[in-house]
Amino acid sequence: MEQFEPKLVAFVCNWCTYAGADLTGTSRIKYATNVRIIRFPCTGRIDFMLISKAFANGADGVIVSGCHPNDCHYTSGNFHARRRWMSYNAMLTFMGMDPERIIFSWVSAAEGAKWADIVNQSVDKIRKIGPFTEYQKLVQSGIEEENFNG
Amino acid sequence: MDNLRKKAKELLESKSVDLVIGYENGTNGKARAVFIKDPEKTGKLIYDERCKQNLAVYLNKHEVKHYGRIAIVAPLMVMRSILVLISECQVKQENITVLGIGNDGSFLDFQSMEVVEKYISKIPLGNPEPDQVIIDKLNAMTMEERREFWQNELERCFKCYACRAACPMCYCLRCTVECNQPQWISAPAHPLGNLEWHQLRTMHLTGRCVSCGDCGRACPLNIPIHLLTMQQAEEAFHMFGVRAGTSMKADSALSTYKPDDKENFIL
Amino acid sequence: MIPEKKIIDRVALDKLYESLKAAGNKMFAPVFRNEQTNFEYNPAATEISYSHIQTTQSVKNTVFPKIENLFRFESSQKSVELVQIDFTKVPRVIVWNAHPCDAAAFSALDSVFNWDYVDEIYNARREKLVVIGMSCIRADENCFCTSVDLGPGAVKGSDILLTPLANGKFIAEILTDLGKSIADENASLFTASNGENKEEVLAKVEKQFSHEKVTENLKNGFENSFWHEFSLRCIGCGACAYVCPICTCFDIQDESKAGKGRRLRCWDSCGFGMFTLHTSGHNPREVQSQRWRQRLMHKFSYQPDRNEFIGCVGCGRCSRACPVDMNILEQLVELEKLEIAAK
Repeated sequence: MEQFEPKLVAFVCNWCTYAGADLTGTSRIKYATNVRIIRFPCTGRIDFMLISKAFANGADGVIVSGCHPNDCHYTSGNFHARRRWMSYNAMLTFMGMDPERIIFSWVSAAEGAKWADIVNQSVDKIRKIGPFTEYQKLVQSGIEEENFNG
Repeated sequence: MDNLRKKAKELLESKSVDLVIGYENGTNGKARAVFIKDPEKTGKLIYDERCKQNLAVYLNKHEVKHYGRIAIVAPLMVMRSILVLISECQVKQENITVLGIGNDGSFLDFQSMEVVEKYISKIPLGNPEPDQVIIDKLNAMTMEERREFWQNELERCFKCYACRAACPMCYCLRCTVECNQPQWISAPAHPLGNLEWHQLRTMHLTGRCVSCGDCGRACPLNIPIHLLTMQQAEEAFHMFGVRAGTSMKADSALSTYKPDDKENFIL
Repeated sequence: MIPEKKIIDRVALDKLYESLKAAGNKMFAPVFRNEQTNFEYNPAATEISYSHIQTTQSVKNTVFPKIENLFRFESSQKSVELVQIDFTKVPRVIVWNAHPCDAAAFSALDSVFNWDYVDEIYNARREKLVVIGMSCIRADENCFCTSVDLGPGAVKGSDILLTPLANGKFIAEILTDLGKSIADENASLFTASNGENKEEVLAKVEKQFSHEKVTENLKNGFENSFWHEFSLRCIGCGACAYVCPICTCFDIQDESKAGKGRRLRCWDSCGFGMFTLHTSGHNPREVQSQRWRQRLMHKFSYQPDRNEFIGCVGCGRCSRACPVDMNILEQLVELEKLEIAAK
């Protein structure tokens, strides 16, 4: 049987993780190609709705990454982001949605190797969990049924 | 109740306030909000166990704000909501007079908002017992069971937005769900749209919810959505050590941070 | 056709339900769940509630669903292709055990959806709709059907109207050809009537106001201070509109992903602040009192003028659903009492 290739979206900050991912490339470290990187000014900008949107549009997993605490280019963006993720995880867990498909990490501009590790680990993890079919089912439901079957 | 009416009358007669918001007898044995400008009509004011609506929701309403200085009948949840609204610069402290109601239903004559803060600091806060019992029950379930529970509940939602309208903290003139360029939240009331809407509401109220439960009471379809925000209120307290509506100055949990906030999932 | 009267007992009624369901009809019947009664598709006969006074939601979503997929689209760089939905495939829906207020509401919907633009999708659903009504033997303080020219035993809109008798049997009034065909196909379940009188068992609903007077006062009371005073409490949610059997406001939403998508018709409410907001930022109904006025004006002034029906069947759902006790009956009674000079 063909191996399941998950689709991952990575929301990363401009100043640390994006530069870190750049370093991974210039260091010629190979890593899984399943990830689509989207650059943001800061983790503080990464709203939880972006993650929802990624899942609604077919992502199987999401990576969110930015500067280590105390290293934020804007001093406190990642601290705010951390509180937001803590709350978001709590909410997802209470709503019965395992946050396992969302991977959070701090990757600095110097951690090219760590970025490769994070991506490889995440792809392996999501591959094991499998495609996010429940969410896709949710995305598809509610319309056709209302029309003719409901 | 006589003390409450007397005080309300005094305030209106002396023109210290322009409007009194309180509860009156409604139709079919219900209690409801009443807006009194005439000191002679303060006899309408009541307070009993039927008076559950969070009246703070009116403080940000255009037509009500227009009146100027307002006295408001305020059991604990309303007092806490007022503090949140002041801290978020939605109402001016000097425009609000709190006609306090103690947990035993007695009238509390607060001279200033600082006294209200002091009063709240002495009271154990948290979710109402019956709601916390259900939250604990849900937390004891497996992830799968909880997902099923919420899917069944949220599926029914038809997006009348009564939850949003009833909440004093949902005061945005333009809610995210109404922003369509880009469309963040699916507007139709299908399962995805409903899930996204209730997640949005929950996240935007995390650290700001005072656990009054009015969103759940307002829901015409009996969806227990208040449990979502109440659970988050409790979580925010455990994780960040703050409760909403305890001070006029405090930032809400998500608009501030500590460098040493503890989590266990960021790699 | 000339209405016929027959008798059916409870066992036979359940059999009729099951046989209609087995024949491939989509049954829409009330079920008690989550502390309230609501209509659901195809419940088991044993699940159906016959004891409720009113369901929380109306039955309008059989013809005007909360989300209607109008068409699909697919766009490429060169063109946009529209894919029509095949509404001939709409199944026959039988509304089972609907109270007379709900049955009567369909004719109001008919006139809205055929007033200027003839809505094919609505009509496709409406043509496949059968209404088996159930007279009310109980009412509560929110019911006011008799004040809007209906009543607990009103036959308007039903194909068959059942009335429960004290002996556990039901009078079945066969009112339309459609109703007659159903009765004829299941003739063995019915027995002949012995002149039972439904008036004896019907709920007593006092007439509370004259809707003619309300309409007249509304026409002259657009600027009355009543609106501000009586709507300060309103928090501007859409609960009243969404549970109303006649409210038909909708909003069009396009949902698409990578050029592929659908156009949806979703429920909306004139009570929402955004409902009339212009792109310029101007809002002709800026405050809640104007929106509340619009709701009552539409039902009791504009619709009687334009569509020749009152936009209200007195079901009382909005009053029950309202989180802040905006009781429509109370307000209509107050409106009737207003002394407004004719302009």
